[in-house]
Amino acid sequence: MKKLLIALITLIPSLTFAAGPTVPLDEAKVDLHDKASLQRGAQLYMNYCLGCHSLEYARYNRMFSDLEIPQELGEKYLQFTGDKAGDLITINMSPEAAGNWFGNPPPDLTNVARVRGADWIYTYLRSFYKDDSRPFGVNNAVFPNVGMPHVLEELQGMPAETYEERRIDGEMKQVYAGIQADGTGRLTESEYDQAMLDLTSFLVYMGEPMLLEQRRMGWFAFGFLLVFTILAWLLKKEFWRDLK
Amino acid sequence: MANKFIQWMDERIPMTKTWNIHLAQYPAPKNFNMWYIFGVLAMLVLVNQILTGVWLTMNYVPSAEGAFASVEYIMRDVEYGWLLRYMHSTGASAFFVVVYLHMFRGMMYGSYQKPRELLWLFGMFIFLVLMAEAFMGYLLPWGQMSYWGAQVIISLFGAIPVIGDDLTLWIRGDYVISGATLNRFFALHVIALPLVLVILVFLHIIALHEVGSNNPDGVAIKKPKGSVPDEEKPKFKFHERFTKKYDIVDAIPFYPYYIVKDLIGIGIFLFFFCYVIFFNPEMGGFFLEPPNFEPANPLKTPQHIAPVWYFTPFYAILRAVPDKLLGVILMFAAIVLLALLPWIDRGKVRSIRYRSMFHKLNLVNFVISFVVLGYLGTQPATPVATLFAQIFTFLYFAFFVFLFFYSRREKTKPVPERVTS
Repeated sequence: MKKLLIALITLIPSLTFAAGPTVPLDEAKVDLHDKASLQRGAQLYMNYCLGCHSLEYARYNRMFSDLEIPQELGEKYLQFTGDKAGDLITINMSPEAAGNWFGNPPPDLTNVARVRGADWIYTYLRSFYKDDSRPFGVNNAVFPNVGMPHVLEELQGMPAETYEERRIDGEMKQVYAGIQADGTGRLTESEYDQAMLDLTSFLVYMGEPMLLEQRRMGWFAFGFLLVFTILAWLLKKEFWRDLK
Repeated sequence: MANKFIQWMDERIPMTKTWNIHLAQYPAPKNFNMWYIFGVLAMLVLVNQILTGVWLTMNYVPSAEGAFASVEYIMRDVEYGWLLRYMHSTGASAFFVVVYLHMFRGMMYGSYQKPRELLWLFGMFIFLVLMAEAFMGYLLPWGQMSYWGAQVIISLFGAIPVIGDDLTLWIRGDYVISGATLNRFFALHVIALPLVLVILVFLHIIALHEVGSNNPDGVAIKKPKGSVPDEEKPKFKFHERFTKKYDIVDAIPFYPYYIVKDLIGIGIFLFFFCYVIFFNPEMGGFFLEPPNFEPANPLKTPQHIAPVWYFTPFYAILRAVPDKLLGVILMFAAIVLLALLPWIDRGKVRSIRYRSMFHKLNLVNFVISFVVLGYLGTQPATPVATLFAQIFTFLYFAFFVFLFFYSRREKTKPVPERVTS
């Protein structure tokens, strides 16, 4: 009986590691108060992503006002699809054609940050690497065999998986050393990381456009409840005095 | 003026009388502790669900094509729509939190024992309807987990011999989960089940006020007529409906004393409720599951399908059994046995305060089993997890078997004549 119990207890840790991501994710330090970062993210999205990925549950003018972009400027520099400012951010590519080209139609990304999490997006965008066996010549370490080309190649350059020799237990072994760009991109590594953080922040905003207002109301609710509970407690004390 | 109005009403409908019988002159035991808040909280959450539900319905589109987008429309374009939606989704989980604690209170203090068997049964029916209500409501956002969760649960009925396949077809209204399923679930979720729920809650309270509330000591506050000297009777006026046949001791009127006390409990509860709504509506994926922010896709099965947390203890029992039919039977048995507690527990002493050490340990065993099964139900069914689920399924059922046997000749402590403190 005792041995059985011990055996069971030693099995407990294996319960918590039942499922985990294959690649450790980098932390995305998203700051929704940083409107400049969100605006840069919106700019990146509209220029590089919106060709294939819609944001079909969100509207342009809501985004403009939340991100403090004047509507005139927004319409001029961020709206390429001929829609009106009050329209949903849709795309013109038909899902059938997209399915033929990429295997699957590219998903809508309005809620991607809620489905995958900010860290996943941030790491995914920085994890493309050269792989000639894939149709578009690239693969992704976070999303193996993804059907998407490396759209941001002109910014990052072509990244590749790198390995280094390390002595392990007295033997020289090849160890995976992460992904390195080849330097042909317009941005340096740290600039690219910042750009991807901007893009990630924009998608976090997209998933929960009400987030800042929600937090602000939460503190008001707490304040109200504090007063309410104190008054209720005083009221109870007053009434229950009769029972002594 | 006000008096005249009340008189006018009372001549036409029993307004003052009802107020007195159920609130102002209802004798409630004076020793309620904090465990007695959860009934009131369940009512509060029910009202929250009905009100927010009505307003959500105003913008929700019950069709396979429009459902997901309409929920996003509510979240983004409807003024404070996100607040209504989070109040409703958090309310669903909060409902189960308070109902589970309410049921546990009943188990601790033997509130299901004679003469409160029917009261307990109404409660169990409320629990069943609540589960159906929550399950059908979860399909409505038409997300991935809505779809595949419903797929898994409905397919359970397919395990029933002979009629299984036809039954699942009848429930879905289609060969797969489709718009037909969504529409009927919508009808049941917003009309049929809430109606049944409200009626059952009404009956639950009528039954409670007929037999009177139990208390943490499990000692009756109704004594035989004439057995209590006048100076020991409470100074309050209780309705003659209660005092005609009995002498009431150690009681206070529900209004105003417990009403004002409950307000404090409501305030504290709302702190937790608002924390979730405003700061953590997904509650780490337990209240709103991340895959549900993706629209339902019949061609793409999620890697790991888990029901919402309040079903996971029963889901873990289902998965622990290798045979599907037996698993379904055990899963339902886990609920039926709870309903049968008034007859499984053959003890004469109600409260855990005066019952044996073995009973206390058995109840601890029940709680641990329930919580561990709940956790395991959220996890992928690895061989180790399944082994643990089997052990705790065994312990869950062992609670009832043990209780049936020891309760008849249990060594209990002496029970006081009157409630303590």
